[in-house]
Amino acid sequence: MSTLARKKGVGAVIWDYLTTVDHKKIAILYLIAGGIFFLLGGLEALVIRIQLAVPNNDFISAGFYNEVLTMHGTTMIFLAAMPLVFAMMNAVVPIQIGARDVAFPFLNALGFWLFFFGGVFLNLSWFLGGAPDAGWTSYASLSLASPTHGIDFYVLGLQISGLGTLIGGINFLVTIINMRAPGMTYMRMPMFTWATFVTSALILFAFPPLTVGLIFMMMDRLFGGNFFDPALGGNTIIWEHLFWIFGHPEVYILVLPAFGIFSEIFATFSRKRLFGYSSMVFATVLIGFLGFMVWAHHMFTVGLGPIANAIFAVATMAIAVPTGVKIFNWLFTMWGGNIRFTTPMMYAVAFIPSFVIGGVTGVMNATAAADYQYHDSYFVVAHFHYVIVGGVVFALLAGAHYWWPKMFGKMLDEKLGKVTFWLFFIGFHLTFFIQHFLGLMGMPRRVFTFLPGQGFETGNLISTVGAFFMAAATVVLLANVVITTVKGKRVGADPWGDGRTLEWAVSSPAPEYNFAQIPLVRGLDAYWIEKMEGKKGLTPAEPLGDIHMPNPSFLPFVISLGLFIAALGFLYNQDYAWGKWVGIVGLLVTLGAMFLRSVIDDHGFHIHKEEIMEAEKKGAGA
Amino acid sequence: MKKWLLNWRLFSLFSLMALLLAGCGKPFLSTLQPAGEVADMQYNLMLLSTAIMVFVIAVVTIIFVYVVIRFRQRKGQENKIPKQVEGSHKLEIIWTVIPILLLIILAVPTVSYTFKLADVKPMNKEKRDKDVVVVNVRANLYWWEFEYPDYGVVTSQDLVVPTDERVYFNLKASDVKHSFWIPAVGGKMDTNTDNKNQFWLEFDSKRAEEAGGIFYGKCAELCGPSHALMDFKVKAVSRAEFDQWIEKMQNAKPVASTDPVVKQGEEIFNKSCIGCHAVTPVDKRPEQARTAPNLANFADRERIAGILEHNEENLKEWLRDPEKIKPGNKMTDTYGKLTEEQIDALTKYLMTLKVE
Repeated sequence: MSTLARKKGVGAVIWDYLTTVDHKKIAILYLIAGGIFFLLGGLEALVIRIQLAVPNNDFISAGFYNEVLTMHGTTMIFLAAMPLVFAMMNAVVPIQIGARDVAFPFLNALGFWLFFFGGVFLNLSWFLGGAPDAGWTSYASLSLASPTHGIDFYVLGLQISGLGTLIGGINFLVTIINMRAPGMTYMRMPMFTWATFVTSALILFAFPPLTVGLIFMMMDRLFGGNFFDPALGGNTIIWEHLFWIFGHPEVYILVLPAFGIFSEIFATFSRKRLFGYSSMVFATVLIGFLGFMVWAHHMFTVGLGPIANAIFAVATMAIAVPTGVKIFNWLFTMWGGNIRFTTPMMYAVAFIPSFVIGGVTGVMNATAAADYQYHDSYFVVAHFHYVIVGGVVFALLAGAHYWWPKMFGKMLDEKLGKVTFWLFFIGFHLTFFIQHFLGLMGMPRRVFTFLPGQGFETGNLISTVGAFFMAAATVVLLANVVITTVKGKRVGADPWGDGRTLEWAVSSPAPEYNFAQIPLVRGLDAYWIEKMEGKKGLTPAEPLGDIHMPNPSFLPFVISLGLFIAALGFLYNQDYAWGKWVGIVGLLVTLGAMFLRSVIDDHGFHIHKEEIMEAEKKGAGA
Repeated sequence: MKKWLLNWRLFSLFSLMALLLAGCGKPFLSTLQPAGEVADMQYNLMLLSTAIMVFVIAVVTIIFVYVVIRFRQRKGQENKIPKQVEGSHKLEIIWTVIPILLLIILAVPTVSYTFKLADVKPMNKEKRDKDVVVVNVRANLYWWEFEYPDYGVVTSQDLVVPTDERVYFNLKASDVKHSFWIPAVGGKMDTNTDNKNQFWLEFDSKRAEEAGGIFYGKCAELCGPSHALMDFKVKAVSRAEFDQWIEKMQNAKPVASTDPVVKQGEEIFNKSCIGCHAVTPVDKRPEQARTAPNLANFADRERIAGILEHNEENLKEWLRDPEKIKPGNKMTDTYGKLTEEQIDALTKYLMTLKVE
């Protein structure tokens, strides 16, 4: 049953990935799927920028533009950034805490397949009558008025992929609470693990409001409900609240792991422990907590009244304090260090000024009275791209370069990596910096064109040029991935030479069982401590023995596929008689697979001591 | 430090920033060239927050540049292990407390302005003063209706307001959510489908003149394909002119034209258009019945369909195929195909609709 070190055919590899419950392979699945959606979202961004390059452009039509802008936002947040964050978490966190896998490997696979089928379902809308066109926020009055099935794809697709995210979040919470190696106390956890922990808690509390909102909207659109119809006693503002009670923490769900990634990179390439570790932990928790208190700052102009606006303004400003603490701690991590400018470190260093700009414009947006000017203008577009691209995307690119050897056993080319970095960095600032001014000059966001003579021409053209720099960066990155995959050399356990945390103590990529012996953690930066004492490997916390592993399973795929079919059926419920029946069949597939999962006794299998020793001898482990 | 020195420094910093920002955008559209009390308050807040934020950025940048240059790995240091510093309580306290102080400086005017901008008491008094101007704004898919309830006057697309006094607004939407924004005069407020929002703006006479008497208004909330084209214009005039205009609107009578082409146009209009478009400013019908812009003073307007230059050619273009100009609008296909002759006649007729 063991899959150790065996050459396999293409079909077997695909089957392996369809059924895997191994966190490292699921990380690769997340990386590939998220990467593809990232490219798709990027293409959509290019279409937007081409359309806005010159006034009165007719590159695409007004209606289609709204579909593209909606799908750009939705894809980037839900289908690119989220899964890529999950890719990093899956690839790293179990090894960082000295575990053999996550707490629920089966659920881990289920989470991925739900996300994947949700994302595919959402993108089917392009071919089945038109994509959603009410913005990624899908405000209720407009989304209910939308004539095509686009919004239905949005509602059902996000519901399915949201379930996957929720499952993933719960899984990581349990994993981090229960699966830490002996000696890995909470205050010895690597910063990325801490960020994952807090993020998972945020997911647990933030996604249910979205689920509720999506159910309301599904009822309204597909089953004759009236939650958002004011004429029948409904209220559209409820959607805005539900969406932003989810939507604001979502920003932190994305950016906290980014902070975690950078914390690892700053420490590694400054060759110093993270400055002010405990205050960094405290700041992370505080940001997560405050993240739930500020959602109405997205709604300053809705008319909630001065009391609500003032409270949410002040609460929002408060978040700047722990974020500032983090920035200074990173700076002082580098202070006195021995800084090596590797590609991941370039991103980390560039992240500081970029994110500070995004942060301070965030505080500017928090000043409610002035936000009446910024709101829904290009100023806001500039702000959140500085936060999400300058923070999250930089982090994902940095993390991908940093952990690539750990995931695939080969180093991405450093030269090409730096070319990518410079192109992306220049393109990013070129695209978005000018947009602050476009907004202040009176350009509303989400406009499919602008008229000449309003002073918007130059800024928009510059912005479009910048977008092409980022596109070029992405092409170089892809080339790098291909070249590395084909020609790259295998690397050892600690290819950067300065690894501090446990993942750098196991081979690259890690063996199926991660650790032949679960390690004993003796402090923060457990691997660094051992290295500094001149030891080659980790101190084991258990004798070598058989390792119990979970069996692969095809059921997560089937459960998700069932929901996909069900969603397709219910989407056409009102148009065709077969809709309902297809929906029911889909649900039966899902429930049937869940039933099978419940009744089949699956005890997993053991990798025997001898096999492990042999694998370790070949250099699989530490 | 002497107080005047600090004041002087602040003053020069502010004026430098103001100068820099004023170069941005058009005076009729830019928030950086404020033309009224509300926009002024918001602009001041922008300057204050920008100043604080520039200070923060400067501090971070100085440390950043120093660190990145000073502590980069040099030749021969490849194996150097730096001292593993745990942290510093003193520093942590410094960079917690100073930002809090900066934020308090920002929070005080923010809260104060937020309440000031929400002060709509004068419009909601049991018996409102006679000279308080209230405008009911109703946003519709790609056009704006402006009703002056105290005068019984309805108009659309061009908002006419008196300068140098607070004008109060009731805001609502009749189909989907929109947002009412006149960037040069003040921040936006949403027009919801559920409730009525209220706020006020003030239009400064001198700066209105500098901007050419007309401000650009925008819809700021995605509302459908033609969201980008849902513009309106604001004519800011003196109180006396405003009163005159109201009087003209109240007494507007359809002019009986002798021109046969205009007469033909009127007949077509009365057959095909009047079901939705009113041609008298005193429109007593309930708002649900007012499904299209009031055209009473159509010939006085700034733009055709809110966006095109106001001339006969563009009007004909619009009548031929509104869908081409504003995709998704509600007028397309509500009237039969018109011949070129009919379009000419309609155009002639519409161009006679004026009060000034």
